[in-house]
This record gives sequence, C-alpha cells and structure tokens, in this order.
Amino acid sequence: MLGQLIASGIAIGATYALMALAMVIIYKTSEVLNFAQGDMAMLSAFIAYMCLSTYGLGFAMSFTLALAFAFGLGAVLEFAFLRRAKEPNVLGLIIITLGLEMVLYGLASWRWGSDQKDFPFPVSDFDVHQLGADVVISDLNLVTLGVACALMILLYVFFRYTKVGVAMKATQQNQQAARLMGIRVGRIMMLTWGMSSVVGACAAFLIASTDTLDPNLMWTPQLKGFSAAVLGGMTSLVGAVLGGFILGVVENLFGGYVSVEFKAVVAFAVIVLILCVKPSGLFAKHYVRKV
Amino acid sequence: MDMKRDYYEDVRLLDSGPQVFWLVLLLAALSVFPFWADSYQIYTLNLMAINVIVALGLNLLVGYTGQISLGHAGFFAIGAYSTLALMLNAHLPFVLALPLAGFISAAFGFLLGLPALRLEGPYLAIATLGFGLTITQILGRLDAFGGHMGLQAPPLDLFGLKVATDAGRYAVIMPICVVMTWGLRNLTKTRVGRAFVAVRDSDIAAECIGVNLTYYKTLAFAVSAFFTGIGGGLMAFILGFISPHTFNVMVSIMFLAMVVVGGLGSILGSIMGAVLITWLQLELARIGELPYLGPLLTELSQQVFTLSGLPNVQYVVFGLIMVLIIIVEPLGLYGFWIRTKIYWRTWPF
Repeated sequence: MLGQLIASGIAIGATYALMALAMVIIYKTSEVLNFAQGDMAMLSAFIAYMCLSTYGLGFAMSFTLALAFAFGLGAVLEFAFLRRAKEPNVLGLIIITLGLEMVLYGLASWRWGSDQKDFPFPVSDFDVHQLGADVVISDLNLVTLGVACALMILLYVFFRYTKVGVAMKATQQNQQAARLMGIRVGRIMMLTWGMSSVVGACAAFLIASTDTLDPNLMWTPQLKGFSAAVLGGMTSLVGAVLGGFILGVVENLFGGYVSVEFKAVVAFAVIVLILCVKPSGLFAKHYVRKV
Repeated sequence: MDMKRDYYEDVRLLDSGPQVFWLVLLLAALSVFPFWADSYQIYTLNLMAINVIVALGLNLLVGYTGQISLGHAGFFAIGAYSTLALMLNAHLPFVLALPLAGFISAAFGFLLGLPALRLEGPYLAIATLGFGLTITQILGRLDAFGGHMGLQAPPLDLFGLKVATDAGRYAVIMPICVVMTWGLRNLTKTRVGRAFVAVRDSDIAAECIGVNLTYYKTLAFAVSAFFTGIGGGLMAFILGFISPHTFNVMVSIMFLAMVVVGGLGSILGSIMGAVLITWLQLELARIGELPYLGPLLTELSQQVFTLSGLPNVQYVVFGLIMVLIIIVEPLGLYGFWIRTKIYWRTWPF
C-alpha cells in the first residue's frame, strides 16, 4: 500500500516535474511566469496526433515534427508578443501569457473540438513490472521518469557548461549588462521559449498517453507544474524536478490515507505552507532585493 | 498625466462642473432605463453592474495596491454560496444575508492576505490561483451547499415585496453598484487609499515612512473580497442557480481582464472595462448569429475548423484583447480616455 502509493506518486510526479522544468527554464532566463505553457504543449500534442492519424506519418517523424513545431511556436510567441510589451512588469507579462493561453485554447477547441481522442504512443500503460510484493510500475511510468531525469540532466549540463546556457543566466541577472557584454538578448529569449516549449511538449505527449487528448488536457498538469516549480524554487532545475516528485508523492499519500476528494487541494496547501516558511522555495537561493 | 496642482484638488471627489453634469445625467439615465428598455437589455445591464462591482474590488487590490490575484472567482463563489446558504438555512432576509456574505468573503480575503504578505509577483499569482481552485473544489464537495448539484436561489423578497423580474432585480442591483462605486471612490481619496498606492509603488519605501504593510495589504485583500462577495451574492439571483462549475478559473481571468482592459488603478477604467467585456461576452456567446461576421466565421469553421467549435472563438478574441492591450496601450481604456482629454484640452497646440 505505502510502497505502491509512493511509486505511483513518483510516476505522476515525473509529469509535474517536466512541466515545472519547462516553467523554470523561462523563469530562469526572463523571469516571466508563463501561463500559456500548458496550452502550448497541448497544441504540440495535437500536431503530433494529426501527423499520426490524419497524415499517417510514422511515430518518429510525427514526434520530430511536433517538437519542431513546439520550438517554433515558443520562439514566435516570444518574438511577436512578449518582446513587444511596453513597460514590462510582472502583472503585464502574466496578462500577456494568460491572453496567449486563451488564444491557443480557443484555436485548439475550434479546430479539434472537445471530443476526447486516444493518443497513440509506442510505450504501453498496461505492461507492468513487479518491484516488490505489492508494488508495480508500468512501462509508461518508467519512460516518464526516464525522460524527466534525462531532460533535467541535459538542461543542467546545458546551463552549467555551455556558453549559450551561461549567456541565458547572464541575461536573467541583468539584461543591460548582458547586452553590453555582446550577448544577443533577443535571440537568447527566443531560444529559451523554444526550449521550454519543447520540454512542455514532451510532457504533453506523456500525459496524453495516460489520459485522453482534448483541449483541457494540460490545465491540471500546468497547475501542478506551477506548484512543483514554486515548491522547488523557480530558479533551480534540480529543485523543479524534485519539487514535482515531492508533490506527486505527497498528493498520493494524502489521497490514499485521508481523502481522494480533496486531493487537488493538497497541492496548493503545500505551496502556501512552504512559501510562508521559505519564500523562495526549498532548493533555491534566496536573493535579497536591493533597494 | 492628469496633473494636480494642490492637495485639495487631489482629494475632491468630483473635479469640475461638467463632470458633475455628466454624472447627474448618467444617474438620471440609469434611473429611467428600466421603463423603456426590454427585459434582455435590463438583464445585460444587471450583469454589467455586477461585473462593475467585482472589477472595482479587484482593481483596488491589483491596480491600487499592486497585489496580483488570479483567484477572485473564489471570493465570488463564497459570496454567492454564503448568500444562498444564509437565506435557505438560516432563514435570514436578503438585506441581511447579502452584507453578511460580503463580510464572510472579506474574512476569507483577510485570510488569503496573510500568506500574501510574504509572497510577491509570480508566487502570489500562483497562490491566489490555487486559492480560487481550492474554494470551488471544496464547495463542490460539501453537501450543505448542494455538492455538485448546486443550489437553487430562493425567491428574492425585499421587505415583503417579491422581486421576480429583470426590472425588479435591476432596482436592487444598480443602486448597490452606484453606492459601492461611490464608496470606493471615497476610500481611494483618503489616507487609506494613498497608503495602498504607496504599497504598490514601493512597499519598502512605504514601510520606511510608516505605512503598516501587514495592515494595508490584508485590508486591501479584505475590501477587495468584500466587493467580490457582494457581486457573487447578486449574481446568484441573476443566474437563479449556482454550481461549482459556475466559478471556474476562466471567471477569475475574465475579472482580471476587465480590470486590465479598463486600466489599472482607475475606477473609471474598471467600469469601462467591465462594461465592454460583459457586452463582448454576451455578443460572442451567439457569434454565429452576428451579421456579416457570423456567416464568415461559419464558412471558415466548415472549411478549416469545426462548426461545433465555433463558440470557442470567444477565447481567441478575449486572449487577443488581453495581449494587445498590454502591448499597445498598457493603461487600457482609461489611457485612451486620458489621451483624448489631453488632446482636446491642449488643442490647438
């Protein structure tokens, strides 16, 4: 019982971790809280679905095209909308991303409707492995875990050891100084949004495989991703992933032992409690604001 | 932009003679409106009045105090459910139930304001978003509030008078809207209002000169929640029936859109924003029937999109409005108004 709850929690937490990763990438570079993250990912999942079912392309080709679309979508949204905001402040940028979220949701609902579609995925949700006396985990859960950890490591290496990654961090700290040092801030921003969109698309593929595909698919995962990102600290990649796992496990334990009905409430209760105690999250350094 | 020259000019409720004239004219028009308008038009104005009340409350929090909130549907729900529960279970009359519901909502606003003291920017947005979702989740689970089956509003009874028509509801809602607008105007002209603005502009500087951040932030949340709770209580009677799905996140986003489109930190802006977005919501709900645009979109739906998905165009429209307002005119409708006024005041220079 306990083992299964923890195993399932880790599995579902991996999807939260992916969404949290996508958000942290953007926040880490531009300090924008992207409310359109979920629907950007949802649109990419629909593109993959369309390639697979309508045009009959193979799996690898469909997903490659969908990921390319995701990258392009993220870059275009940043270039066309975020960059043009006058006097950007926290609220204005939140409003823009909320507006983009509504646009993407509206377009997807208009194009594909509310019908729930089965998302074909090569890894099965039914083949399970026995881990202990009463603990099972499915192939899909393992893949989700693997993707989350792999992306975390990749992104960590990218931000830590590549010139572009360091440029992204420099851009977040001080855009003017970064520009003076020769960093092309505009391109860095577009690249960031593209990468974030790709990570979100990966999350959407995995979630759609477990769930059915419809325009509301990513709303709940997005909220949990927010919670996980905040829990782990909005500027820490490792924190985002660990935050996702912690949230998944805590939620499952609460659901199993206390009440399934109020399971969704746990996420935000945890967030508020953590933030009251440690305002910058569990794993992030707290920067004192200079006056 | 609209520069003031002395203290008394700043604290005056009405700035000039023409303003008084137009205000009296507006109030007179609102007074006689039900006698010549049809039922649907009165219903429209009822909705607008309620959204004005909520937008004013949210504007106090977001525009004046600078605290982001994405969870005002939660307070809206608390206000609606509290009003109906007090009338159905405690058998209180409407005139007592509605203010009490407002204060219950204000209490929840105060509670939400406490963690908000330690949060800022994105974290506050997420916390308030979580609050809104949590409230509707909990209300949907409590049988005392009808669970997912919702609650039926009882007949509106005002001192023995049965209120059963749109015009009757208008007579209840519009005076409340006018009084609350006036009250908020008063509040923003006092030291409390100036304290809110100080918190928005720089909370550290405000604290240095003696503004109690704890008190004023939680007060802003409470007053904002009070307004929203009153709006929710009135909305319960417009709809006649409420359920948890009535108060979803989209409602919170639309409230925020009203405030942002109208112009942050402006009462006139919030009113304009609420009126515009309410009108758009009602028009876009029947977008297929609009002249010229309806057939065009229907044709487009059949060719590229789906016909059943046509109502979702409203999300695209609202999303674009929100994005473009921030990009093109961050001050919103109020910004347009101010530019127009300055142009004519300084003409021909």
